[in-house]
Amino acid sequence: MLAFIVTTIVCFIIYLLLTIGSATGASDFFNLGLWSNEEILFGVILSVIVGAIGRKIFVKKDFRMLNPVRWFTFLFYLFIPFFWGMAKANFDVAYRVITGKINPGIVKISPGLKTDLGITMLANSITLTPGTLSVDIDEDKNDLYIHWINVKKEALKKKPIDYKYVCGSFPKWVRRIAE
Amino acid sequence: MMFSIIDIIVYIFLGVGVFFNLLAGVGLLRFPDVYTRLHAGTKCTTFGSIFLSGSVILLGLRMWWFGNTDGSILAIHTGVALVAILVTNPTGAHAIARAAHRSGVKPVKAVVDDLEGGTTKKKSIGKKTATVKKKEEEEG
Repeated sequence: MLAFIVTTIVCFIIYLLLTIGSATGASDFFNLGLWSNEEILFGVILSVIVGAIGRKIFVKKDFRMLNPVRWFTFLFYLFIPFFWGMAKANFDVAYRVITGKINPGIVKISPGLKTDLGITMLANSITLTPGTLSVDIDEDKNDLYIHWINVKKEALKKKPIDYKYVCGSFPKWVRRIAE
Repeated sequence: MMFSIIDIIVYIFLGVGVFFNLLAGVGLLRFPDVYTRLHAGTKCTTFGSIFLSGSVILLGLRMWWFGNTDGSILAIHTGVALVAILVTNPTGAHAIARAAHRSGVKPVKAVVDDLEGGTTKKKSIGKKTATVKKKEEEEG
């Protein structure tokens, strides 16, 4: 039942975002100047249908992502460490595009994450941050194979490579958000 | 006064976005193989698109602030599109890189290749194919 409610509410919020600006005038039930009555009614009906059909796909096992602390941690992660890493990545790529200096290789890291959501978030973060691109994943151990555009020599001494060289403190943040 | 400050910010955002998208194009031409090209093609286009969308969102918010509800459509829909770009762009790059490595493209000038020759399939799937192969051998 909780899975059904969560799915319905998320669907309804997305529907409201997509139909914003459909107001017709003072006859609206919620007179904010944003939505008309018809859109809100139809949105509720559609959300209930989608929630009934898709609740088992949307909510897998538990409800740990309902915790608002995780949402705010995610937003903080998105705007400060992640955005800063992304800006650095772009100046790094700009430098390599202009000078043409590359030293590439594919390395394996073990971030030690367990859930699907966590490993997806980490792989996407790695792709968008300095000099790294996730190529493949070992689905048994959740190890990631990373294409690294500028392999550091001191990182190659120990196997498997310490993830600090590749993605900094991202696994800690992702563990705090998704696990 | 407020008009001019927002206009200047919007122009700066547009300039930064166009610069990084242009850089992605130059990188696609200059880099030697598919992986390094993907580096240029994903990071720079995502970063450039964030700034381009940011300028549109700012303009929409200003319209909204001065009472034009069309601005809400601009701002919110561009925000939704931005989230879609942020999720799908690295996922697509990962799919291309994985497909390229599986079909045997080696990274040019590679110092190290941990993935070389290794399999990353799930063990259960691997076992299944092995038993199927055995059966086929016994039958044939």
